[in-house]
Amino acid sequence: MELANAAALLALCEAENKTIPEAVIEYEHIRSGVDPAAIRQQMHGTLAVMRESVAKGLADPGTYAHLAKGYGQKVREAGQQKRLIGDPQLQRITMYSLGVAQHNASLGRIAACPTAGSCGVVPGALLATAGQKETDERLVDALFTAAGIGTISAAQGPISGAEGGCQAECGVASAMAAGSLMYLMGGTNAQIFDAASLALQNLLGLVCDPIASLVEVPCITRNACAAANAVMCADMAAAGIPAVVPFDETVNALKLIGRSMPDSLRETSKGGLAATPTGRRLNNELNQTHRL
Amino acid sequence: MSQIGIFEIVGPIMVGPSSSHTAGAVRLGYASRQILGVRLQEADIYLHGSFAATYWGHRTDIALIAGLLGMRMDDPSIPKAVEKAHAAGLTYQFQETDLGDVHPNSVRLILRGEGEAVTIEGASIGGGRIRIFRVDGFEVSCDGTYTTLISRHRDEPGVISEITRVLGEMQINIAFMQVSRVKRGSDALLVAQTDDPISSEVRHRVEQVRGVQQVRTLSRF
Repeated sequence: MELANAAALLALCEAENKTIPEAVIEYEHIRSGVDPAAIRQQMHGTLAVMRESVAKGLADPGTYAHLAKGYGQKVREAGQQKRLIGDPQLQRITMYSLGVAQHNASLGRIAACPTAGSCGVVPGALLATAGQKETDERLVDALFTAAGIGTISAAQGPISGAEGGCQAECGVASAMAAGSLMYLMGGTNAQIFDAASLALQNLLGLVCDPIASLVEVPCITRNACAAANAVMCADMAAAGIPAVVPFDETVNALKLIGRSMPDSLRETSKGGLAATPTGRRLNNELNQTHRL
Repeated sequence: MSQIGIFEIVGPIMVGPSSSHTAGAVRLGYASRQILGVRLQEADIYLHGSFAATYWGHRTDIALIAGLLGMRMDDPSIPKAVEKAHAAGLTYQFQETDLGDVHPNSVRLILRGEGEAVTIEGASIGGGRIRIFRVDGFEVSCDGTYTTLISRHRDEPGVISEITRVLGEMQINIAFMQVSRVKRGSDALLVAQTDDPISSEVRHRVEQVRGVQQVRTLSRF
């Protein structure tokens, strides 16, 4: 059994009357030889780490981060003081994803998803919208759905900023999150991949241009952007808006865009925001302060 | 192409900020400490390429120290590695260097302790995965996904067959094996990656093989 592309997975689920999480667990069982119950158990562990990273991320002042300090805390505080325009759910999405991504920058423990740089997207979108409403079993199934989407992406295209830019990290993470939400909303398997495709389409072309080679600016706020995008795209798919371009073709577009991106925009910190006067100044300052 | 594991995509569980610059660095330190095999007292650490350029931002330095202290990549006490190193009496120094035509995220670790020393060169190749490519100047290739036996011996006929005979007798299956030497008739290095764990008894028996000078092991992790 393969998780090579969405079309094959959809056909298999159709032929064998399976849900996406069922098919993903079966794939992992055949691939690794690990018992399905143990695979579920491991995903429960991953869910626990995601929860922990949200809680710690919101409490983390960013002690070990260089530029990003207390992002999650700031949003929570501003929300409590009714200074924000977004509704409480959007505020949660923002502060959860910022919190986790900043916790990563500050040497906190996270679940990479699909990468460390994009680790705030799935927990931000999933736990902020469904973390209280759904059982852990259902949340774990949502994470298997996300894993299936991510595995299919990785089988066909890049999932690192160095290879494909931020679209390959936050873009793929957003697709994983959108599909997992669509699963929880009771969407069909086709709708799950519609949501994933829409989310990825919205972030195609996003470059990887971190200031001073850190995983902070703009990485952390892009996590929040990708999380909010996932929720919006799950809603669009649920409303019946088609992806038009199927998921596999969207991943292929991502790959080709990544190939045509210059080196300066693929995690080298030589272009984009990293190359702005401010980006260069911060790089010089930090470089001098922190080198051995 | 090998199939991608779903926990490589939703996971790994690690301490940030970077799977290649932080998690992989912890694992390189962890593997190197095991290969030294005795209590580590001194480490000279040479950072190459992207490691040299970005270690301060990604805390590659702290991550390597954490691994050298025996921490795993998801250990929440990684940020405290420097204090723990002082408490453990581990002294270290970092330098930026050029290791030549190797992976951009490479490091050379010269480790000393209890009269033993070893030089290890390895790379963090993405997603927290590593590859150790040189031990004491000998070309090797191991990544910690298999139990590994590294034996240094005189480059003469019969030594390798005797080592593999011992492993066979002890019911240890060799998955991959390589032999390298610097020049003919000097010392050679054998690296065997096995499906089965290598006990201290097995290690001791390999040490008894005629021509074998030193045996090191790396457990699967």
